Amino acid sequence: MSEFEPKIVAFFCNWCTFTAADLAGTSRLSYPPNIKIIRVMCSGMVDPKFVLKAFLNGADGVLVGGCWPGDCHYINGNFKARRRVALLTEVLKQYGIDEQRFWLRWIAASEGNMLKEVADLMTAKLKELGPSPLQQMGQMVG
Amino acid sequence: MATFAKLSFNKDELNKELSGFFKGILENGAVDAVLAPMAQGKKGVRLSLITSAASSGAVDPFAPVAAVSGAKIASSLTARPSGRKVAMVLRPCEIRAVVELVKLKQVNLDDVLMIGMDCLGRYENTDFAKFQEQGGTSESFLEKAQAGNTASGDFDVAGACKICEFPAAANVDLRLCAIGSGGGTVHIEAVTEKGQAALEKSGLKIGDNPSGRDEAVKKLVAVRTEAKDKKFAEFRAETNTFQALGEKLSACINCYNCRVACPVCYCKECVFVTDTFRHTGDQFMMWADKGGMLKMPNDTIFYHLTRITHMSLFCVGCGQCTSACPNDIDLMPLFRTSADKTQAKFSYQAGRSVEEEQPMAGFESDELFEVTGQAK
Ligand code: SF4
Ligand code: SF4
Ligand code: SF4
Ligand code: FES
Repeated sequence: MSEFEPKIVAFFCNWCTFTAADLAGTSRLSYPPNIKIIRVMCSGMVDPKFVLKAFLNGADGVLVGGCWPGDCHYINGNFKARRRVALLTEVLKQYGIDEQRFWLRWIAASEGNMLKEVADLMTAKLKELGPSPLQQMGQMVG
Repeated sequence: MATFAKLSFNKDELNKELSGFFKGILENGAVDAVLAPMAQGKKGVRLSLITSAASSGAVDPFAPVAAVSGAKIASSLTARPSGRKVAMVLRPCEIRAVVELVKLKQVNLDDVLMIGMDCLGRYENTDFAKFQEQGGTSESFLEKAQAGNTASGDFDVAGACKICEFPAAANVDLRLCAIGSGGGTVHIEAVTEKGQAALEKSGLKIGDNPSGRDEAVKKLVAVRTEAKDKKFAEFRAETNTFQALGEKLSACINCYNCRVACPVCYCKECVFVTDTFRHTGDQFMMWADKGGMLKMPNDTIFYHLTRITHMSLFCVGCGQCTSACPNDIDLMPLFRTSADKTQAKFSYQAGRSVEEEQPMAGFESDELFEVTGQAK
């Protein structure tokens, strides 16, 4: 049997983490292909519905990447994102979505290496945890 | 500074005495209107807006029913205010929802004299009809419920009430006290200066404290808290996977009655009825293609989890969601167990104080470092 390859849906802020991913690419820092990136304008615009839908559609993990505190282009979108992530984590935990499956990380535009590090770490963690419990539900999901 | 006035009543005359009090505050101009539960002929008791003292005869504040959350009515009356002073007689859970709606600018308390009634529970709408048919009255209910027996025939008060740890209302000007008042007696307690002024104007004799009240309230809170903890533990144990959650919701038809009835589901237009969820045939086909089939209407779990995310911080545990479900889905524990976690996370308690900022309305730069686990 081939090794389990987790699917990670990543919502990356255009100004920082998305640029970091770009940088990682151009600097030939190879990060795992498990990460499917969706570019958003700010971590603060990641609606909890996006995250819920990703999990309900079978994502093994969700990663939100935003600018470091003080660097958000919309001043405080990242702080709002942090509260929302904290809230949603509490909701998901009860139904078996471990908090290790849902990450928020600050990654600046220049931190291509950190992006690689986070992607590696999360992929390894999810391999350890195994497939999302929602995948066994098939079409009941939703 | 709590002061009390004692209201003694002869058998079957509780509501007569209470209506005398409301008549008093209307006649002497303490308020221009009273919103209170009122008998509708022989059947049903509903909140009614009384503007004439002569029409206050049929009030029935302690009737064990709440067909619609009074918080929604409070919003209808004050979101675009009339400028007239109104006394509102509401249950504790309704007042706690009002507190949340004030913060959302959907209730305005400027001209409101808030009167909270002691709540020993409410029957579901249909059960209350049976209760009336069996000859039940507010007096008979208060007496039995205080002895610890809320059941009547084959029904009991709503599950939400059995685990509600707020039988006495906070954030009020006046309180209608029944718990620990003794048989044939209720007390009216002035909690604020505004309440005190109204009580003085009512002409009732002030200064007769119900000696057993504090103890009795404490005891009831303890019983209900224990029941709540037990219910939470049970629900969490049996609903700890998406599979189990899906099974709990298997009868759901996405009618959204639960959020229409919820006093704190606050949107003018819920996202689930906007274009965001008005998909094309193509889209449905695509989803069906992915797994070979698609349950329709779809997005059932998605809807409930989204709702939890949107309003669990404000959930007051009133149980109106459960009451509204046409398919007998017990939603209250689903919402209350999440609310318990989300409110604890932000050291917030729905309905506690209008001064407390709703957590998603703000942020701090130095908080929740554990979320990212990154220093700085
Ligand atoms: S479910 Fe969400 S969007 Fe819909 S009314 Fe409630 S809070 Fe608003
Ligand atoms: S979710 Fe249910 S229990 Fe909570 S406030 Fe809304 S109607 Fe009441
Ligand atoms: S009221 Fe019942 S059937 Fe309707 S959406 Fe809510 S849970 Fe589903
Ligand atoms: S702009 Fe990057 S997190 Fe707000």
